[in-house]
Amino acid sequence: MSAGQNDNELISKVLHGDHQAYAGLVHRYQNYVFTLTLRLVKNREEAEEVAQDVFIKAYKYLADFRGDAKFSTWLYTIVNNTCISFLRKKKLNIQSLDDERIFATADNQDAGFRADGVEQKSRHAMVAEAISQLKPDDSAIITLFYKNEQSLEEIAQILGLEVNTAKVRLHRARTRLKELMETHFAHEVKDLN
Amino acid sequence: MNTQHNMEERLWEYIDGTAAPAERQVIEELLQTQSEWKEKYGELLEMNTMLHSTELDAPSLRFTKNVMEEITRIHIAPATKTYINNKIIWGISTFFITMIVAFVVYGFSQMEWNTSANSTFSDQLEKIDIAKFFNNTLINVFMMINVVLGLILFDFYLGNKRKQFRKEA
Repeated sequence: MSAGQNDNELISKVLHGDHQAYAGLVHRYQNYVFTLTLRLVKNREEAEEVAQDVFIKAYKYLADFRGDAKFSTWLYTIVNNTCISFLRKKKLNIQSLDDERIFATADNQDAGFRADGVEQKSRHAMVAEAISQLKPDDSAIITLFYKNEQSLEEIAQILGLEVNTAKVRLHRARTRLKELMETHFAHEVKDLN
Repeated sequence: MNTQHNMEERLWEYIDGTAAPAERQVIEELLQTQSEWKEKYGELLEMNTMLHSTELDAPSLRFTKNVMEEITRIHIAPATKTYINNKIIWGISTFFITMIVAFVVYGFSQMEWNTSANSTFSDQLEKIDIAKFFNNTLINVFMMINVVLGLILFDFYLGNKRKQFRKEA
């Protein structure tokens, strides 16, 4: 239905009254948006609810999309803001960059994974698991860079940061991920090598 | 540790393709000559490949359908620029700037500029008769202007809301 049309064509159709064209955009971005919300919210049911809310908000304010940035960048900005509002409402503690508690959490989760017999997990699953154990802003920046194919400039725009700050945050997130993998998935990493 | 950190940072920039051409050349030379750099590069490259190969999570199969059902109940809001009236913003700014300028001009007009030489600027400022300025009539006029402006702005706001409602209906 929407395979041959680019984002701007679909948006133009929606703005001209063809609201079914929006299904094309939802279908195109649902996995990206859901992955990002899942990384931030850390719960599947809630992530799906937030992702749905993101697409509804994007539809409602579609006339505000000026087209000077990619639609995906604009959409991920809504994801970031919606997730922050959701987490604030839930009074979840968004841990600060220097918070070390995540490693304690990772310890517990790691024990749980082992008990569940997850030692044989695939490379993909192991990396995904490690990313999900990072704190929300670290896992979000990694997801935006590697999965959602956003440049550092676009990530900076989405997260409301300076480009250099985004660069430093990405570097820190990767360092933490590497440490996490070496500490908690050492066996799996060895098995894979 | 710091050198290690610096090496990783430089290598990540090289892998991401964000390093400057001169820096790329330096790193390429280091990779050919230094085994430590080569080893770390292999390690980071492996991690980079793993990160790129992770799969996206998918929501439930009904996801698109749920969103489409929800959006049938809502309307696309008009673009922000269409309902933020610049004239109102300019009107408010002009009013406040005029008031500030009027206060300053009045204050300076109250100063006696040709007094004795040992009279300082602070002495002059003290001579401004504020009580004369804030008499009841003046305050009443000022408040009345504010109320009228407030009512005009409120009317603009309601007018825009009415237009928006008609458009949606």
